[in-house]
Amino acid sequence: MSAELAYAGAAELARRVRAREVSAVELTDAFLARIDAHDGALGAYLAVDHEGARNRALIVDAMIAAGQDPGPLAGVPVGVKDVIVTEGLVTTAASRILDGWVPPYDATAVARLRAAGAIVLGKLNCDEFAMGSSNERSGYRPCQNPWDLGRVPGGSSGGSAAAVAAGLAAATLGTDTGGSIRQPAAFCGVVGLKPTYGRVSRWGAIAFASSLDQIGPLAGSVEDCALLLEVIAGADPRDATSIDQPAPSLRPALTAGVAGLKVGLPREYFEGALDPEVAAAVRAAGDALVTAGAELREVTLPHTRFALPAYYVVAPAEAASNLARYDGVRFGHRGGGRELAEMYATTRAEGFGPEVKRRIMIGTYALRAGHYEAYYRKAQQVRALIKRDFDQAFEEVDVLLTPTTPTAAFARGEKAAPLDMYLADVFTLACNLAGIPGLAVPVGATASGLPIGAQLLGRALDEVTLVRAGAELERAFGTRRPPAYEGAA
Amino acid sequence: MVLTREEVAEIAQLARLALRDDELDALRGELAVILEHVEVLGQADTIGVEPMTHAVPTALRLRADQVEPSLPVAVALADAPAARDGCFEVPAIIKAAT
Repeated sequence: MSAELAYAGAAELARRVRAREVSAVELTDAFLARIDAHDGALGAYLAVDHEGARNRALIVDAMIAAGQDPGPLAGVPVGVKDVIVTEGLVTTAASRILDGWVPPYDATAVARLRAAGAIVLGKLNCDEFAMGSSNERSGYRPCQNPWDLGRVPGGSSGGSAAAVAAGLAAATLGTDTGGSIRQPAAFCGVVGLKPTYGRVSRWGAIAFASSLDQIGPLAGSVEDCALLLEVIAGADPRDATSIDQPAPSLRPALTAGVAGLKVGLPREYFEGALDPEVAAAVRAAGDALVTAGAELREVTLPHTRFALPAYYVVAPAEAASNLARYDGVRFGHRGGGRELAEMYATTRAEGFGPEVKRRIMIGTYALRAGHYEAYYRKAQQVRALIKRDFDQAFEEVDVLLTPTTPTAAFARGEKAAPLDMYLADVFTLACNLAGIPGLAVPVGATASGLPIGAQLLGRALDEVTLVRAGAELERAFGTRRPPAYEGAA
Repeated sequence: MVLTREEVAEIAQLARLALRDDELDALRGELAVILEHVEVLGQADTIGVEPMTHAVPTALRLRADQVEPSLPVAVALADAPAARDGCFEVPAIIKAAT
């Protein structure tokens, strides 16, 4: 397949399919062939559904032949992170404890993609149960960064970002609990959108930390992320935390420009361990917005330094509760044991990887009798302070501009100590704690050619401003593709 | 922050994780580092601050009290490690009398 097709993007491919310039089957076969050729070395996919994808593409083509419109994602080949369930297609959350599990239903976000005409190619690699920042904590195999196979793609949605960057899916779904969409998007040079908490139904998203988790799109352009969010957003009776608001219309904002937009640079995000090349790129992004008519202001988010510790109480505590369901009774792996409690404990010890065990242990410690007040309750109070910081900043400015990550993609094995790995998310966690939307957009590269991502943070439910500013950055910095994949058939 | 080996083993027991001795030893050090980092929270002035339990304030939504289709038993049991007579089968819950 021509690399042109692989990188044409979701909106353009849907247009071509609807105009009968290319069939859904041709597109699907082309992407499947690219996966077969390149994913062995990359590791973006955990499962590829050749048959199911082709069957779905045949349906889309039949609809078009019958004069029906399959929808805004007609024939667009997409990939889905493996923590999002897909009916009839093995879903493991990259964990051995769910080895071979075939879900009996689709996540709402997946059902909505399919209803819009999208073709699910397969399930994308990630850190086990979305716990990690490098995709090295997958229970199956690591995923590499398409820009440099010796580096990590980020995580936890590493496969979702790498697949888009390598042209192995037109767009993908990821999940973001503390940066798991935005951080890998930045490392792989693609666009990643973490919606407002509640914007997208979590029905069928395998729960990690329920008050933080959110499904969102990764794609090669702001336009494609906007298109996917329009499709998957909206209230769902099956998720009581989904917000009762219609899906937002985002694409008109792509061309709105940023004239008069007030952009805040939070001082705390430019202090400390920030790589100078990343800092310079993000400041250049601010300058580009000013050139386009925006107004730049320094703001302060004084409780920023508490985001990481608050997150590492709230997220593990919720994870410890959510992961109690993996007990060897109803699905997944079962360990040995003559009595029930023994069976639970061996099942979980055999099925979970080291990072998942670590977080369950932290969470159990924080929630145990006598610790709750000092840990979980305290963290929830600090969370309120972090949200208050954002509320105050958004009285002064419309959107915040920050680095997405402290550095560009790091080398495999570089972050061996758990706390070092956690620090890779230091700029993305606060967004989840506050429940606001965030967008990672490529803004150039390091001298060695690795992508750098800027992060835009907006008011709750104001994804439209993120799209507006993100599109402006895209116009200013253009789009780069990893040469090894852009040049490949 | 110092955690005793016994504390770590007790947490593992609460978490229903049958950890090996080497895992308990490794976790003892790792948890201590992480919990020490978390102790920074004590420096935040939270007097009078309501804990934030939910990112977006929403009223509890009610639905109509209608019977809706749910997962058929056979489908629900399809991935069970063990099933019998339409039920999930598990090892003995109560220790047999000796």
